[in-house]
Amino acid sequence: MILEALMAAAFVGALTVFLAPDEWAGRLAFAISLIPFVGSLYLWSGFEAGGNALLGGEIAYATQIEWLEVGGRSVSWFVGLDGISLPLFVLTTFLVPLAILSAWTPVDTRQSQFYGLMLFMEANLLGVFAALDFFLWFVFWEAVLVPMYFLIGIWGGPRRKYAAIKFFVYTNAASLLMFIGFMSLVFALGGSVSSFALPEIAQAIAAGGLGTWFGIPPDRIAMVAFLAMFLGFAVKVPIVPFHTWLPDAHVQAPTPASVLLAGVLLKMGTYALLRFNFTMLPEQASMLAIPIAAIAVISVIYGAMLALAQKDLKRIVAYSSVSSMGYVILGLVVFTEYGIGGATFQMVAHGLISGLMFMAVGVIYNATHTRMVGDMAGMADRMPVTVGILVAGAFGYMGLPLMAGFAGEFFIFVGSLSAPALPYAPVFTALAMFGIVIVAGYLLSAMQSTLFGPFELETDYDVGPAAFHDVAPLAVLLVAIIVLGVAPDIFFEMIRDAALPVVEGVTVDG
Amino acid sequence: MVNGLPAVTALLPALLLAFTGLALLLVDTIRPDARSNTSMAVVGTLGSLAALAATVWLTASGGVSPDGGAVLLFADAIKVDTLALFFTAIFASVTALVLVAAHDYFHDHANPAAFYSLVTFAATGMALLAAANSLAVVFVALEMVSLPSYVLVAYLKQNRGSVEAGLKYFLVGALSSAIFLFGISLVYAATGSLILADIASASVEGVTGVLGVGVVMMIGGVAFKTASVPFHFWAPEAYEGAPAPVSAFLSSASKAAGFVVAFRVFTEAFPLELAVSANVDWMLAFAVLAAVTMTLGNFAAAVQEEVKRMLAYSSIGHAGYALIGVAALTVDGPANGTVMGAAMAHLLVYGFMNTGAFLFVAMAERWGVGRTFADYAGLWRRAPVASVAMAVFMFSLAGLPPFAGFFSKYFLFQAAIDNGFLWLAGLGAINSVVSLYYYSRVVKALFLDEPESPSALDAIDVRPTALYAAVVFAAVATVLLLPGFGPVIETAEAAASALF
Repeated sequence: MILEALMAAAFVGALTVFLAPDEWAGRLAFAISLIPFVGSLYLWSGFEAGGNALLGGEIAYATQIEWLEVGGRSVSWFVGLDGISLPLFVLTTFLVPLAILSAWTPVDTRQSQFYGLMLFMEANLLGVFAALDFFLWFVFWEAVLVPMYFLIGIWGGPRRKYAAIKFFVYTNAASLLMFIGFMSLVFALGGSVSSFALPEIAQAIAAGGLGTWFGIPPDRIAMVAFLAMFLGFAVKVPIVPFHTWLPDAHVQAPTPASVLLAGVLLKMGTYALLRFNFTMLPEQASMLAIPIAAIAVISVIYGAMLALAQKDLKRIVAYSSVSSMGYVILGLVVFTEYGIGGATFQMVAHGLISGLMFMAVGVIYNATHTRMVGDMAGMADRMPVTVGILVAGAFGYMGLPLMAGFAGEFFIFVGSLSAPALPYAPVFTALAMFGIVIVAGYLLSAMQSTLFGPFELETDYDVGPAAFHDVAPLAVLLVAIIVLGVAPDIFFEMIRDAALPVVEGVTVDG
Repeated sequence: MVNGLPAVTALLPALLLAFTGLALLLVDTIRPDARSNTSMAVVGTLGSLAALAATVWLTASGGVSPDGGAVLLFADAIKVDTLALFFTAIFASVTALVLVAAHDYFHDHANPAAFYSLVTFAATGMALLAAANSLAVVFVALEMVSLPSYVLVAYLKQNRGSVEAGLKYFLVGALSSAIFLFGISLVYAATGSLILADIASASVEGVTGVLGVGVVMMIGGVAFKTASVPFHFWAPEAYEGAPAPVSAFLSSASKAAGFVVAFRVFTEAFPLELAVSANVDWMLAFAVLAAVTMTLGNFAAAVQEEVKRMLAYSSIGHAGYALIGVAALTVDGPANGTVMGAAMAHLLVYGFMNTGAFLFVAMAERWGVGRTFADYAGLWRRAPVASVAMAVFMFSLAGLPPFAGFFSKYFLFQAAIDNGFLWLAGLGAINSVVSLYYYSRVVKALFLDEPESPSALDAIDVRPTALYAAVVFAAVATVLLLPGFGPVIETAEAAASALF
């Protein structure tokens, strides 16, 4: 019941903060958000499950209570964690308090509603990673959109309306496509499943339970379902060419929302790809391995090139997320222990690093009121600590050894170089590695022109060191990135344990 | 019988509603100077809540019949079963919400008591309609619903739009009543009976073409009451012109009343296998009507500029979804009970979300902000709680997940697919996507758009407490029906399965 307690803490906390006065809503929200964080540390310390939750592995902290039954299929409240979802669960509870801290300076209107929505989003994000019943998962999945829509639409930048609606329309259309894809699987399974529990469905598909439905043979249904779900999740990740909502949403979103958007919301897409497409339909995934790997590499290179062309610091970080997510897709499609494990690890690592980058850019923006590369220079002079951490974070992004980004990308490349499931794996890997060079290129040039040299600012704001509560989350994130880079095994061991059954699934079938 | 109660206890909900209406009328007549808006609203609301409690009690205790099944009364003319009780619960809930909201809406009206009693009388007719087991009772109850409704639509008699809407509604209503009655007479001519079960057994011996014509005419009557194509023309006018609480009442409760006729009369009097063998394939007719109605309603709603009119067309669209409950039926279909039960559950959820949405419009009318989307811009700043509630209604009507409308729509489509009606479910899904466009326009206006001028929102200087309470309660119900959907759909499924 501890999972429920943590989600309930965030949810009740959201309602409490909604009703709190604006003056101390921020402090109250921060205090409340520490409850799920401490709780998730407790979950982590007591975590002993092994295997993949969907493929018959042991599920930690599981609860299953029947909710309702219609037409012979039951829906239940079914939550639990395994080695893949626990790290993302911890990532969420870790990032939310920091994101709330980063909101103290910039958010100055309707604070109680803002912090309430942040906590409401946290409750739903935790639900996405913990849910093991399709309906429950889908309810949380969609419920995440609503607070994000309002966070962008009300507290966002000048073009917030456009960005919020674009975000909402893109991700909703994607959800519908994914929903139809998954449902066609359920209908094709017919009587061989009696619930929407993901483990039951995954195992029924693995056991060959797909039947003919409305005259469509099982193979074709599986392929259509795979494509529909892949497209649906691709928008969320996002993968080129479905990425166009991302820079708009990021640039217009307030900093704390950007942190959660890049840090956690994008991971929902890759997490779902792993859970649904690659765990449930490994055969289709290996049939489509080459096109998917090609899309992954294009995302890496194209995202990095787009970042290279930007002048807005936030846009640069936003596009580089597209690039980083390409690595995750590459890790997934190669279907090796290190590939899938590394992809999951990279989700966590990128969550921390991109969170740090967005927060640091936000802190600079609070002081300068501009994010344009050409507008400022020599920021290191005035904000030494912030800039120091930003530089360290950028190096983490570039894959500096002993930082989390290095570990994630290293695992992915190790996995993808020796991938039996993907033809020409070394070629794809080499192309993807080239992306790192571009990342280094744009990050270094952007930093050089804005952070170093003599101080210069094209507006008339006084710029001084940032407040302690602005810098503290940056420092905490940096420490976490280094800890994860030095000792990746604190997560990687359990991730590998849960990734292995997925890989074994494909060798058995192929 | 449970607790040794007489069988007539099964009619308790309808009786409570009838007595409430009579009591309101009595007080208004005997002590006209003592009447007060508040006390009338309180009496009416308590009466409908008591009726709701009675239905819940009867459903939970298994009714008052010895074997827990249906209770037949008055020479089989009335049949109280779970289906009747389920629909009565919808009617009583909507009535209570509307009466609470009306307290503020008619705060300065000269004679509000007539309004309260007319609404309760119409609700009585609906409760009777849900339990009607004879075509004669069906017709009488239908008129008992219609006549107060005509008056209610034209209730603001100084308001040109209200009177015009009332007249239109009356003319179309009278025409369709006549058609319906003529249909009944043809059915009687062909079978020699008005009791539903007897019609079914008489049809076995020899079905003539007259019966088929009668059935088609009765479909027309149902289409009028549910605001479905081809008798939907009155709905946008009536819903737009009527006072908003009346629009809420008509589009939620009165529509559900039309569906109870379709659900019971057609399955019991003209059983599926007979209908197919006699070429009176009313399922096919309803399938076509469902497809046309949902498409027309949704596409027409998408081009509206006024919120109330948009809701009127959306209500036509939802009639199309609910018609799936009588359309996606096949002889010995595996999911017949499920699809009809899902349609019933959808009508219940719809009762709350649609009533809530119209009551929000009632609040906007009370504030005096305009009628178009643009007039709603930035209302969030002045009325955050009500705006959040409206966002809940809109997202739920569109069928977005964290709300009850998602489950009710999903299970309706799933059951239709299980019964082999993939095309109908697919069309419903496409229409749901279209609907997201116009529902989200309301949310966008409320939360994201800036008001045209800073003073545009100054009109909002009153806090209509009762309207607020009704809107918030409907929103809470819309949210809570998601976790609480299990008992609803299971009761509905059991009630519908008993018909086959």
